Amino acid sequence: MSLIDVRDIVKIYHTGDVELRALDGVSFSVGQGEFVSIMGHSGSGKSTMMNILGCLDVPDEGEYELDGERTGRLSKDALAKIRNAKIGFVFQGFNLLPRATALENVELPLIYAGVPGKKRKERGKTALERVGLADRMGHRPSQMSGGQQQRVAIARALVGETPLILADEPTGNLDTKTSAEIMDLFVALNREGKTIILVTHEPDIAEYSARTIRFQDGRILADERRENHA
Amino acid sequence: MLETLRTAIRSLLSNKIRSALTMLGIIIGVAAVITMVAIGAGASRNIQQFISGVGSNILIIMPGAASVGGVRQQAGSGATLTTEDASALEREAYALKGVAPEIYSRTQLVYGNMNWSTLVTGSTSAIFDIREWKIADGRFYIDDEARGGAKIVVLGATVAKNLFGTEDPIGKIVRIRNVPMEVVGVLAAKGQTPWGQDQDDTAFVPFATAQRSLFRRGIANSVQRITVAAVNGDSVPEAEREINAILRQRRRLNEGEASDFDVRNMAEMLDAAAQSTKVMSLLLGAVASVSLLVGGIGIMNIMLVSVTERTREIGIRMAIGARTSDIRTQFLMEALLLSIAGGIIGIVLGMSASRLITGFLGWPTVVSTGSIVLAFGFSVFVGIFFGFYPAWKASLLNPIEALRYE
Ligand SMILES: Nc1ncnc2c1ncn2[C@@H]1O[C@H](COP(=O)(O)OP(=O)(O)O)[C@@H](O)[C@H]1O
Ligand SMILES: [Mg+2]
Repeated sequence: MSLIDVRDIVKIYHTGDVELRALDGVSFSVGQGEFVSIMGHSGSGKSTMMNILGCLDVPDEGEYELDGERTGRLSKDALAKIRNAKIGFVFQGFNLLPRATALENVELPLIYAGVPGKKRKERGKTALERVGLADRMGHRPSQMSGGQQQRVAIARALVGETPLILADEPTGNLDTKTSAEIMDLFVALNREGKTIILVTHEPDIAEYSARTIRFQDGRILADERRENHA
Repeated sequence: MLETLRTAIRSLLSNKIRSALTMLGIIIGVAAVITMVAIGAGASRNIQQFISGVGSNILIIMPGAASVGGVRQQAGSGATLTTEDASALEREAYALKGVAPEIYSRTQLVYGNMNWSTLVTGSTSAIFDIREWKIADGRFYIDDEARGGAKIVVLGATVAKNLFGTEDPIGKIVRIRNVPMEVVGVLAAKGQTPWGQDQDDTAFVPFATAQRSLFRRGIANSVQRITVAAVNGDSVPEAEREINAILRQRRRLNEGEASDFDVRNMAEMLDAAAQSTKVMSLLLGAVASVSLLVGGIGIMNIMLVSVTERTREIGIRMAIGARTSDIRTQFLMEALLLSIAGGIIGIVLGMSASRLITGFLGWPTVVSTGSIVLAFGFSVFVGIFFGFYPAWKASLLNPIEALRYE
């Protein structure tokens, strides 16, 4: 059974009189436990797709079904609830709260899930340990390296025990060595059962995934699986 | 909810100077309201106490026509009050419990090498009862002495202090206009009137003494005024009617003819004064409220800046599951915290300021629970009212655009 079902998605942006079809009839499915990378040139619609998959945006046409639930007619608050329960986000720019510690940042999704304080702290610590930052819980983002910050962000995406992790160019701001470490972490999480969808324009990064979907001008150009995936 | 509170506190603490400056508007506003209302309430309580002190049932009859349109009418040539008028009132008016004819003048009192100028009033012993004087030392004079013209005097506390210092005045002889008079009593101090006049700077002598020995007046039995007391506060209007009827009849005035005397109601005069104090304190409170309003606008201003500055934070929170109401509550909570903290500090400051004003300027102040509740309630209201718009604006942000915000 598939976790994600996307059918004939169209997203149109209007800039002045110009109509831009950022997504122009996109359909695909992602099964539970898959590791999918999305590639394509700049402006091909990758981020637009991720925003819709992440329930941050809604398509103008087409259907998006996440974990058996159609998202098309849902209210803002219902979408917020889905994001909280089903999706963990990892961004290119980390997007941590600058004035909060690593642990406080990781706990944030649990606050909106209504998890009580003690339990929250426990789960936050476990998540930070999982990404190898047990000794950095009280540090603020400004006191950490880019790789460490991205690990905190990944811990934040893990802590809610959501089935899906969406990562839009998570290694875009990192050097090659750190990127490899982060990707190893994603692979390990995928082995533990997380479904991961990751945007990148680096072929090396895409190599970590079992399946790559290529976008061009708002359409799917290719959808390939790596047979001999490690 | 508790979590929102903690988040709000953390966010306010992370920018302490800004939070403090924002609160300052509310602090000043609340402190101003508390202090102004306290000053107003103090003045009004002062007058209220004075009214109950002098007796709310006093009426004063003065010679000369009543003032018309603010201009006092010229008294007729024969316009005068006499001791016979006083006797007639005493005999015929049912609503009066005391009648005291008075003649008075500012006069110097001499004791040894000390002298003191004060208002010396010649009146019957009824004046003590009417004006509710208490004796501190010695005794009042009695009616026989008042009629007999005994050369005795009762001193106000201020006069006694200035002439005798620590010496016991009772039995001593003071000279008033070169007439030697024996001090038989010292009055208990009443303090100042609300308008700062020393009520104890006074002296009383028997009416006949004043008439014959001290103030030699043109018309033998004329008096400068008659002070009377109605039986109680409720009978004041009835007393006023009786006085007018009796005195007009004695003067054989026809209906429509103007009286050549004027009956003044002490309570009404003081009530008017109390009323104007009330209006003043209301006005002060209103002016102070404006500063509270300005403080509220300051909160809104800062919160709007804060929302803009934290656009990305709002985007992050929304992406990981904050609902619009979560964002709204967060910012509303911050505004509310600022105004509540400002309100509490303002209350403490206002109470201290009131105390200082009483201590240094001697103005009476009354900090009422009402004004505290009012000022606090108002500052909470200001927090919610002016915090709502920025909070609402924050909650409407599009998460994608908020996340992209630099
Ligand atoms: N909010 C927006 N308003 C107008 N045009 C947009 C907006 N977001 C994206 N676009 C346009 O849609 C197209 C796809 O953008 P995007 O999905 O961000 O591409 P990618 O992430 O693949 O680089 C681009 O041409 C971009 O300019
Ligand atoms: Mg992009």
